[in-house]
Amino acid sequence: MPLLEARDVHGGYGGMNILNGVNMTIEADEIGVIVGPNGAGKSTMLKAVFGLLQVSQGEILLRGEPIHNLPPNKLVQKGMGFVPQENNVFPSLSVQENLEMGAFLKPDNVKRMLAQVYEFFPPLHDKRRQPAGELSGGQRQMVAMGRALMAEPEVLLLDEPTAGLSPLYMNEIFERVRQINAAGVGILMVEQNAKQALAIADKGFVLAAGQNRFTDTGAALLADPEVAKSFLGG
Amino acid sequence: MNELVFFINNVVIAGSVTGSIYAIGAIGVTLIFSIMRFAHFAHADMMTFGAFMALLLTAIFPGAGALVGLPTAIVMLPLAMLLTSALAVGIDRAFYKPLRAHGVKPIVMVIGSLGVTLMLQGLIRLFSGTGGQSLYIDERKEIFRLALPFENVRAPIVVTEPQVILFVLTVVCVLGLHVFLSRSRLGKAMRAMSDNPDLARASGINTNTIVAVTWVIAGGLAAIAGTLLSLDVTFKPDLSFFLLLPIFAAAIVGGVGHPYGAIAGGFVVGFAETLAVFNWSILLRPFGDSLPEWLVQANLAFVGTEYKIVVPFFILVAILIWRPTGIFKGKVI
Repeated sequence: MPLLEARDVHGGYGGMNILNGVNMTIEADEIGVIVGPNGAGKSTMLKAVFGLLQVSQGEILLRGEPIHNLPPNKLVQKGMGFVPQENNVFPSLSVQENLEMGAFLKPDNVKRMLAQVYEFFPPLHDKRRQPAGELSGGQRQMVAMGRALMAEPEVLLLDEPTAGLSPLYMNEIFERVRQINAAGVGILMVEQNAKQALAIADKGFVLAAGQNRFTDTGAALLADPEVAKSFLGG
Repeated sequence: MNELVFFINNVVIAGSVTGSIYAIGAIGVTLIFSIMRFAHFAHADMMTFGAFMALLLTAIFPGAGALVGLPTAIVMLPLAMLLTSALAVGIDRAFYKPLRAHGVKPIVMVIGSLGVTLMLQGLIRLFSGTGGQSLYIDERKEIFRLALPFENVRAPIVVTEPQVILFVLTVVCVLGLHVFLSRSRLGKAMRAMSDNPDLARASGINTNTIVAVTWVIAGGLAAIAGTLLSLDVTFKPDLSFFLLLPIFAAAIVGGVGHPYGAIAGGFVVGFAETLAVFNWSILLRPFGDSLPEWLVQANLAFVGTEYKIVVPFFILVAILIWRPTGIFKGKVI
């Protein structure tokens, strides 16, 4: 049974459909990457998976269980973690408090998970008492990912984790995503930096106008001349 | 020296009393704003309601306080707090929650809370009558007179029992709130929701629980402030008219959304009020021989006592013009 499956998902805001039938399947040990031009519905799809958007048609399954239109806090309980692209930290809370909030539903795990997250993102340990709002963009992204990991998710949704980061940080984040996946967490992420993202992807979904245009392994999509020409800038 | 005692009684003590009441009220206003993003105008009436509950309970169990040597209303205060918290949660369920569910603009919530103000005031008036009533039923208000050990000082420092209790409770509330917000899981979640409600939801925080906790705290604090104020003066159903503006001024002065700011703001407004009505010529009396007589005789108060309420108005206008974010850089209402 796939970890996460979307079948013919339609949905949008206020009656305006942005998703017009998206299909995707991710197995437990896979990284899925959604790429595509602006306005293709990439982030919208991620939001639909995380219950932030009304799904009007189709279904989303987590380990075979329908989860579309469940509120986000229920999805966190079911093992889903979400890292939004913007406003993804609590700025006035300290780094450590940000992380603690991630384990809000599992207070018994806080100590153990804090140690794990600090080990995984050493810079956060040094800044643990500092308000998250004072950190640099890359460190903020680490806090956001660390917060989501605190709940020990089975699947982690990342909305453009490298947006606005310097190339140095970008590589670091991609490397971290790969390591999180290697530790047994399924990943579904939306990325603008399509080439690097597809390079680490097991599955790639190229969306256009709210529908799958190409669906294949990351390597196959990178090698496909048509994908390269129309979506990866040649 | 008598003049100094006079200053202590009329400014230091009176300012601390008013400041404490405003601070406790403003904490509630600021917490509600930071969680629900609207100015809760019915807050002062929750204070009146808390005081009325204490009055009712005192009437039902007269003399209960004599057993522990405290005013009955104080013994009944925990129960009054509980009832006020229940009222606050109930009002939220009945009136504010449906509005939130519709996703209305904050101004609609504000007007809604104005309706709740009128309703609550009418309800209290219906049962309490329109006159003032003492919260001391068959009891005597204790007044402590501390004589200073100096020669020529005839006037003592005067402080009443409810004032002493108010100071103690204010310190307890402030420390308790600090520990709650900085140490407890729910308190941190409250700050998280105030920072970023969407991310709080995405972290699995049940925002309905946080909203309910906010009302319980705000309601309980409102009952404390209302009861202590009524003990110190008298209970009146229209108490809220004299509280609403100062507590909002305090919340805004402190920076809306900052509980510590609300505490500071409460004392700023409280002391500004008492300093503005204080007759400064009294402090000139010791030097009366070297000063012209008209100056010593004059009333040098900035405003008359009956116009005390203009002080928070003035502060409010000034702060909104020159520093709309308040002392602690809060949000702009």
